Parts: sequence; C-alpha cells; structure tokens
Amino acid sequence: MGMTITEKILAKASGRKRVEPGENIWLNVDVLMTHDVCGPPTIEIWKREFGDKAKIWDKKKVVIFPDHYIFTKNPQANRNVNILREFASHYDLPNYYDVGTERYKGVCHMALAEEGYNLPGTVLFGTDSHTCTSGAFGMFSTGVGNTDAAFILGTGKIWEKVPESMKFIFEGTLPPYLTAKDLILQVLGDITTEGGTYRALEFDGEAIYSMQMDERMTLTNMAIEAGAMNGIIKADEITEKYVRERTNAPYEIFESDPDAKYREVYKYNVNDIEPLVAKPHSPDNRDTVRNVQGTKLTKCYIGSCTGGKLSDFLNAAKIIFGKQVKVPTFVVPASTYIYNQLEVETINGVSLKQIFENAGCVIAPSSCAACLGGPADTVGRAQDGEVIISTTNRNFPGRMGSKKSEVYLASPLTVAASAVTGVITDPREFL
Amino acid sequence: MEKIIKGKAFVLGDNIDTDQIIPAEHLVYSLSDPEESKKYGHFALSGVPLKNSGLPDGGIPFIEGDNYQSKYNIIIGGSNFGCGSSREHAPFALQMAGVKVIVAESYARIFYRNCVDGGFVIPYETQVKLNDKIKTNDELEIDLENNILVNLNTGDKFQLNPLGDILPILEAGNIFEYARKNNMI
Repeated sequence: MGMTITEKILAKASGRKRVEPGENIWLNVDVLMTHDVCGPPTIEIWKREFGDKAKIWDKKKVVIFPDHYIFTKNPQANRNVNILREFASHYDLPNYYDVGTERYKGVCHMALAEEGYNLPGTVLFGTDSHTCTSGAFGMFSTGVGNTDAAFILGTGKIWEKVPESMKFIFEGTLPPYLTAKDLILQVLGDITTEGGTYRALEFDGEAIYSMQMDERMTLTNMAIEAGAMNGIIKADEITEKYVRERTNAPYEIFESDPDAKYREVYKYNVNDIEPLVAKPHSPDNRDTVRNVQGTKLTKCYIGSCTGGKLSDFLNAAKIIFGKQVKVPTFVVPASTYIYNQLEVETINGVSLKQIFENAGCVIAPSSCAACLGGPADTVGRAQDGEVIISTTNRNFPGRMGSKKSEVYLASPLTVAASAVTGVITDPREFL
Repeated sequence: MEKIIKGKAFVLGDNIDTDQIIPAEHLVYSLSDPEESKKYGHFALSGVPLKNSGLPDGGIPFIEGDNYQSKYNIIIGGSNFGCGSSREHAPFALQMAGVKVIVAESYARIFYRNCVDGGFVIPYETQVKLNDKIKTNDELEIDLENNILVNLNTGDKFQLNPLGDILPILEAGNIFEYARKNNMI
C-alpha cells in the first residue's frame, strides 16, 4: 500500500519508513512559530516546566511574529509584545520580527512564506490554528496550543496522531469570476466544519496547480475551518520558484503514491462552481452569491491571511477601479510587503493604493486587525448589529467583535462588487 | 485524578467555537497573575449568544453578575466542541470558571489536545448526543473509573467513551509530567 504526501512527511519527521493513520508518533519539528497572543503564555509555561536551566532546543528554528493586536492602545496587548521583545533579546533569537522596526512583517502565515520558512517536506508547528496555511508548500504544518508549543520550545518534539487523508481534486481551468476562496467554501459546504476533524485535506488538480502560491495558501489556510489537522498541496515549479527566490535552505519534495489510501476523494469541475458565500454564523453555511444577492451591508472588509494577499487586492481593484464604495470598506494588507506592493502594482497606470483611496476605502497597516475582533480600538471591528461581507476565514458568532453582527465570507471579487453597490453582489456583473 | 465528579450541568449546542468560549478581546490578560487570570473565569463562555446559553431554553448566563466562577462545573456539549482557534486560553478559561469535565459528542483537535496536554479539563466523548437528554441545572454524577454519567434528577445513566490514550496524560497532570514519568524529558 502506498502512502499519502502527509504520511511520507510524518514518517520522515519521526525517523520511520512508514506510518499509518491513527498511530501516535513523536515528531522532530523543523520550525516553531508563535505570535503575540500565544507567545507570552508559551514562554511562561516553558520557563515554569524547564526551570532555571530552561534551554531553547534550537534558536534558529523558533520564529516569532507579533501580528494580532499591534495597533492598539490596549495596555495588556502592548505588554504581550513587550514580553516577546524581551524574550527575543534575552535569548538572542535571530528570527524575531519586532513591530515598530523595518523587520515588522504583518500576519504570521504570510510572513512565514515571504521570509522563506516554508520548505517542502518539512514539519512546522505554530500557536495559531491557521498554521495549516503553510501546507500550500508541500509541507506538514498545523496549529497547537501554548503547552504543546512550550514542549516543542524545550525539546523540539511533539506527539501527534497520524491523520487519515481526504483528497479534493479540482479539474478544469479556473474561470475569471472564481478564486481559491470560492473553492474552499465549496469544500466546507460539502464536508462541514467537522468533516475534516483530525484529518489531512489534500488538494490536487489542474485548477490548483494553475494558482500562484498566495491563492493556494487560502485553500490550506481554511483546512482548519473543516476541523482538519493540515491542508496540503504538492510542491511544483511554482512552489520551487517562490521558495528559491527567498532561501537557499535544503528541502525535499514528496508526493502521494498512486495507490495511497484516502478516506474519501472529492472531484470537482471548477466550471460547475459559481461565486459562493458562507452565511452567518459558520464557514460551512455555504450559499451561492446569487441566492443572497441584494442583502444590505453596513461594512466591507478586504484583509487577513486569506483575503489580504496581493492576488486578493489585484482582484478587488479590478472591480473597484474608477468607482466609489457605497459602504465603509476596509483594506488591510496581510503583510508589510503587500502593503508596499499596493503602490507598486498598477492597473491602467493607477496604483492599487490609489484605486482603493479614490474609491473611498480605508487602508490600514498590516496586521490581523478585525479578522478576530480584538481590543475595542481595532480598525474595522464589527459593532452591534452590523452586516458585513469579508474576505476573512471565519464567521462564528462574535468573531469580528460583536455577537450581534452578521458576517458573510466571500472572495475578494465578491466583496469588491458588494462594496461598490452596498448590497451583496455577484462579481460576474462587473467582469 | 478524582474518581467521582458531581455537579450541575450547563448545556450547549453544536460547534461551540473558541471565540464563544473566550472572545478574542479578552486574550490579553496574563494567565499566571492570580488577579488577572481570574478574568478568564469571569468571561468564560461570554461569547455564546444568550439564546443558546444554557439549553434547552437558553437565556442562562454561565457566569452570574460579577462572579469569577460559575455554579456549573460540568458542560454538556454537542458535536465539534472547541472548533476554531488554537487559543489555549479556552480550556484555561473553563478551568478558571470551575469546570471539571466536558461531555460532548466530538471535539475539534486543537481544543481537545489543549484540554489534555495542559491538564485543564477532562474531555469525555459520547457515542450519542446528550445535549438533548440533559437540561441545564440537572445534577450529574460522573464515575471516572467506569466512564458512566448519571443524571441524578432523572436517574438516566449514560455510557461515556473510555478516555483511552489520553488517560495517562490526564492522570499525570499534563504532558510535561507525563513525559517526565516516561523519561522523555
């Protein structure tokens, strides 16, 4: 019996020839990532458990990005960043990206990719559920809590159960009105928010390999919305080019055997899929944009690790170009690199930044911002009974700040089309 | 680990995510400072929309007024309990509020691991849905040696899934104690 790409990577990381789904194994971790919300408690647990002699297993393998609550006056949130800063300075950590300096990057998942930490065939753990994003690079990546992260920080090891794999094949050429967000909302609607619990979601097919890395990351990012342990896409030439432009570190490419065992295989032709939304209050509450068309909005949000990437802004700007937004619309780039690229990338000679500003959008500095609510002064945060359409990845009750708000998730094309009309709108009307 | 846990049930629905267990705006408090960490108890389950809080009728706050602890120490959930974020603050908040056990049909992976590896709460699974058979305020007794839950109000008995692989970690206290016992660290 063959093995899936996930099983092969986990076998390598556990020093074994093969692993079987359901087995508990100990893994050697290649990278541990943490941020300002879960970093401080992780450090505290590590100190408590390993005592005065606490040692970091490998300083080069610990990567810290403050990103969640950055631009806030909340004193406790600021304290969290101070704890990370002092920790990095005290232990002389090379991979700390401090806010307020040129090293500040923005959202951790995007930054891991941009800074060359995502390497095919490696194993990455992070204190954020969306750490599964890095699986777009043909690697194993998943989220853990503070205790597990503290264990890794001290030992470089973690126990995990080998997941069963599910395969999602997207055939056909992606039509211009669809993005990765529509594809993953299709999957979530089909398998629900628990359809992937403790499983690996493997994405395959022509439509997937036609996408650039940032689009692929939207698919693997939202594997956690199905409860999955990891999402994964085999590395190809596009992956290798992206990686090689950023690092010379060695990597190994794995792929699933033709006779690998899957719990289920789903096949789609992308031409059968139309623009989709997730209605309040769950990412699997899928509907077509057509069916909810005309829903009045109070706010639009284009940002986060699944909607604040360069491809997302290129898509949104295509529609917003030369128009005015009818409701407050927030543009929050996932990384400082992407923020800067808004001035570099142009459509008909006009920069994306200018296009958004001319349309009346609010452009905010890079961070997680209102994707997950956050302190009261967080930009774009949901208030009371707002109705919001957003490119973010999660719309559970209160996620964007107010329990009374209703959040629709959609592609940047759909959010942009909705921003210029003030009601939920099918992007095909503008393309 | 205690052998018998007695207490009042607080019943919730399916897909209780970590933002409902502890909303993101509250993740800024220290988890080790005794005064600050109490707030996690105070805000535990504060993100659950009121109509879904304390089923079957809803409208029951998990924490009353200014309290830091709940009078409910057993949570009965549905499926996919703890989905969403990796925040370990979620099982910690439930522990701070006084919760000893959660009984649910299924759990999201990271939340489940966090409950166990951090030694915060015992996450029991059941083969059948219990959140439509038990009401908020019912008095329950859980026998941890035999994995049986008894509703003292009705006399109904329910079999819980054995804790299996996680039992040694829960008995040790957390993943670190477990690893020390087994000479791993």
